Amino acid sequence: MPVKGDTSPNRWEHFPHDADVGIRGRGSTLADAFEQAALALTGIVTDAEIDPRTSVEVTCEAPDVEVLLVEWLNSIIYEMAVRSMIFGQFKVTLSNTRLQGSMWGETIDQAKHLPACEPKGATYTALRVAQEPDGTWSAACIIDV
Amino acid sequence: MDPARFTRIDQTTWQIEPTGAMRVPGVIYADEDLIRAMDDKVYEQTTNVATLPGIVKAVYVMPDAHWGYGFPIGGVAAFDADEGGVISAGGVGFDVSCGVRTMLSHLKVSDIAPVQKQLADSLYQQVPAGLGSKGAITLDPFEMDAMLKGGARWAIERGWGETRDLARIEERGQMAGAEPSCVSNRAKERQRREMGTLGSGNHYLEVQAVTEIFDEEAAASFGLKQEEVVVTIHCGSRGLGHQIGTEYLRDMLPAAAAAGIALPDRELACAPIKSEVGQRYLGAMRAAVNCALANREIIGHYARRVFVHFFPNTDLTLLFDVSHNTCKVETHKADGASRQLFVHRKGATRAFGPNHSDLPEALRKTGQPVLIGGSMGTGSYVLAGSPSSEEKSFASACHGAGRAMSRHAALRQWSGRQIVDDLAERGILIRSPSTRGVAEEAPGAYKDVGAVVMAAEQAGLARRVARLRPLICIKG
Repeated sequence: MPVKGDTSPNRWEHFPHDADVGIRGRGSTLADAFEQAALALTGIVTDAEIDPRTSVEVTCEAPDVEVLLVEWLNSIIYEMAVRSMIFGQFKVTLSNTRLQGSMWGETIDQAKHLPACEPKGATYTALRVAQEPDGTWSAACIIDV
Repeated sequence: MDPARFTRIDQTTWQIEPTGAMRVPGVIYADEDLIRAMDDKVYEQTTNVATLPGIVKAVYVMPDAHWGYGFPIGGVAAFDADEGGVISAGGVGFDVSCGVRTMLSHLKVSDIAPVQKQLADSLYQQVPAGLGSKGAITLDPFEMDAMLKGGARWAIERGWGETRDLARIEERGQMAGAEPSCVSNRAKERQRREMGTLGSGNHYLEVQAVTEIFDEEAAASFGLKQEEVVVTIHCGSRGLGHQIGTEYLRDMLPAAAAAGIALPDRELACAPIKSEVGQRYLGAMRAAVNCALANREIIGHYARRVFVHFFPNTDLTLLFDVSHNTCKVETHKADGASRQLFVHRKGATRAFGPNHSDLPEALRKTGQPVLIGGSMGTGSYVLAGSPSSEEKSFASACHGAGRAMSRHAALRQWSGRQIVDDLAERGILIRSPSTRGVAEEAPGAYKDVGAVVMAAEQAGLARRVARLRPLICIKG
């Protein structure tokens, strides 16, 4: 299970967009890339450490893996909003275009997490989920903030 | 963008001739420098929107345009339902009815100066801002539906606002046709505790000074006086609007396919206005408009409470409240006839010119106030809709400065702490839960708002009335 700040080959990054933020997760498997994309989503909000105090489970389904990435990220955004939480660890299990996700985190605390901005929704812009020539997986899209 | 890609009609009008699947031309209003600085994605997205069924006249693009979702931000497009016209969730945006209101305090800058710091602290305390902030209002299912139907009128009936405000809010504060039953329980759940919160990103509450007047007569009719203080609020429909945008974008993908609409970009997902999904989205989107109108009314009420505490005889009066992420049914002249059109404005402000029947009597002679947010360091503008805006852009104008640089690049260039200190030295007090958020919103990350409004004026969309400089900025 990847933890924020992990040094494994799995990793995430942000890429520029005029008004918003692009996120990209990379991993040795598609599920790893989805977990990394989730960490990139949290990275929009905060650089602070997050205690894995509470876990939340979600399931999503979509017609293809690209829309599934958007659904997964939007389900995290939803849980963040209604629970007023921030998540620092994710676990994804995939079976075709059905996803089972677990996330661990804590109640957001302005003093501790210094949240920069709130993700409004994952978009289909710059949406790309693909296996790269080197065999690793990449999962990317723009997040409206 | 390379200016050579356009047919230049005049100094500030750049036309993309229809080619391929484009049904209408694209028209960008900007000066040459703004055109050169614009992302090529604006060109691409403009031509994509021009391919959608039932589009009327042209896709219009405002001087502050930048790369958006399907539609460029700063895009205006009108559709005729009788000609297979569509409605697009991306053409409205995730933050449905995000907008700006400006209230007049009738105080002088010199009245504020002795208590500026305390005023900033009180506003920051009273107006929940940023992720993780909590509103004081929790809505049960009954109240949620009442809010979604009632808009600002609902807020006023509950004691969070003044009846006299209604005349100066678009739709008289209450959008007709809202259908709470078209809003999912998840969207309602996201909003349950978010009423009266500012949000984050580029949303703010500012105390501003009128620092320059361009049009004495219009300024007088708007009640704007040199060195007087106003309060401006920029925010939208919060979690509810975001969730509606997210869900309907997803639902419109199969709807577009079922209607045989070839989408050049998935983000352009849309549904025929005369379809089940189209009608449901309209009902939900209008409910989200009411949510945004109620939210700004409540935050305005909080600002009033704080001002009365410091200045017992003050009365904040509403100049105007206008949204810049909407789709509205309006009557416009197109192809020689008066037609009822569904006008999408994504990052564009309605800008009715003088004598428009929709304007309240007090504003009819001057035209509609068009409120333009700049960055927290440079200031904002109040414009008035021009008589030619109807012909030029379905009565629309720009909405802000527009970003010149990504958040990513801004973070690399500036420290939030430094910006707060620098602005404090210039008499601008920033209050925000996040220094990183401040860095991402650095004044230098935005285009020159002065150039944007000048281009809007030269293009005949709206004329400048006054410039406002910030004194206090509460940033989410």
